[in-house]
Amino acid sequence: MNRPASPAIDVRSVSRRYLDGTFTAVDDVSFALQEGQVTALVGPSGCGKTTVLRMIAGLEPPTDGEIVVHGDIVHGPGPERGMIFQAYTSFPWLTALKNVEYGMKILKVPRAERTRRAMQLLEEVRLAPSAQQYPAELSGGMKQRVAIARTLAQNPSVLLMDEPFGALDAQVRWEMQEMMIEIFEAERKTVVLVTHDIQEAIYLADRVIFFTRTPGRIKQDVVLDFKAGLRFRKKEKLLEQDGYMRVEQQLFAWMREEIQN
Amino acid sequence: MEHVKAVHSMSEQHSIVAVQTVESPVGEARPEAVRKVPKPPYLRLLTPTTPRETVVLGVIGAFVFFLLWEAAHFATSEESRRFLPSPQHVVATLINLIVEKNFLSDVLISAYRIFASFFAACLIAVPLGIVMGCFSRVRALVNPTISGARYLPAASFIPLLLVWFGPTDTQKLALLFLGVIFFLIALILDNTESVQKELIEAAMTMGASRWEIVVNVVGRAASPAIMDSMRNMIAVGYTYLVIAEIVAAQDGIGAVMMRAGRFLKVDVIMAGILAIGILGVLTDILFRVVAHFLFPWNRRRKS
Repeated sequence: MNRPASPAIDVRSVSRRYLDGTFTAVDDVSFALQEGQVTALVGPSGCGKTTVLRMIAGLEPPTDGEIVVHGDIVHGPGPERGMIFQAYTSFPWLTALKNVEYGMKILKVPRAERTRRAMQLLEEVRLAPSAQQYPAELSGGMKQRVAIARTLAQNPSVLLMDEPFGALDAQVRWEMQEMMIEIFEAERKTVVLVTHDIQEAIYLADRVIFFTRTPGRIKQDVVLDFKAGLRFRKKEKLLEQDGYMRVEQQLFAWMREEIQN
Repeated sequence: MEHVKAVHSMSEQHSIVAVQTVESPVGEARPEAVRKVPKPPYLRLLTPTTPRETVVLGVIGAFVFFLLWEAAHFATSEESRRFLPSPQHVVATLINLIVEKNFLSDVLISAYRIFASFFAACLIAVPLGIVMGCFSRVRALVNPTISGARYLPAASFIPLLLVWFGPTDTQKLALLFLGVIFFLIALILDNTESVQKELIEAAMTMGASRWEIVVNVVGRAASPAIMDSMRNMIAVGYTYLVIAEIVAAQDGIGAVMMRAGRFLKVDVIMAGILAIGILGVLTDILFRVVAHFLFPWNRRRKS
């Protein structure tokens, strides 16, 4: 931890322009993320944070600059960078179990191993009793658990999450956040989480990168020191920490600045 | 700190008092409200019919239709009545045709023509429509030509097909094929493009290959909608059946009806129409049943 290891994700002077270069969504953004770090990209709607995430995933190419993940320049999507979307992406024609197996099938994992690991992951996201159900029979939160388990099944080194709980109601969102903290603890992934929910960012992340509104630039980049490298599964424990309020106030103040600009 | 605690406990006390006031009216006798539930209207918005209602109303509708037909038959003057035979007479004629005139073989030939030509059309339209929906360059290449072809009336191909194939079965199959193929491609293209973009992106981030995605993600996701398009388009195929069997045909429902027309046998013509109708309904049911078993994941959730 002491020596500055080469970053897991290195975003180098990345810009993204649309409409023949007339609209700039992301403007000269650079940051480096260390292995095992959970980073939240936060900012007002339309600040290009999702675009940055999609570029790391390889779903969109940068107009300028480059993104390096574990030493390789990103040229397209790949299973070492798992992505979880806001929209429900569990395949409706597959049962929960078969959904989780799908990614492993792509990676040519033998059938018996596939099923064993899929059941174990469904257990982990507390969905084992619904293994044989189709997504249409599952609630929004359960569908998202299927998608998370399916992504984890490929054992990606990087986990990209695009407003993963944005479509869920407050209680389910909280349950999912608690579950994610357990998963972060167990799996030790490099995580990039896009959210406009400030409390979610502080709850889940070790570091917050705050974006300005159009064109998206980095406004502030803060490490959440007050957590002292700990993750608090119980939200109320986090709220008790000295410094929590200051961070939340600061992030809300930045958000207000951006919205009112 | 002391101060904070005091305020805290006071607010707790306050809330307990509040709860008690809320609870108190439960025991008291409340004044009887004047209850007058308005009668709901017969036609209600956002209210599905019960399964029983669906059957009963369907039967009533059919019954009313045949009643109107019967009434029209008797309203017609005695000497022209044979031009509008009664429903039971048409049914009797249909049964007679089957028993005495081997009409069933004509029905089977017509059904064969519909299904064979439609199967051939699907063999091309399904893969082509899916690939067009997945790859915009294929779409750009093919779609302008196909969209134009949709405006050509299938019947206008008859002279050409007669020259090419003669008065053969192939000529009839080709006509039915041309009648549905272009619309079928357009519908399947539409079904494919309606597939949720994130499903494709999710598969891409999992490292699925392009063709894996085309076949096992887009194809699978669109399959119930494609099945629906097929069910609707085979009905259009039926509308071309009689046109196909009018010209240079010896057998099939359409040929039987044309021959009957020459001898003004209206009852036989109407029996033919009825036969096509029955065949159509059976086809529709077949497609629905197949879809039900093929896509168990798409069945509507029983709540």
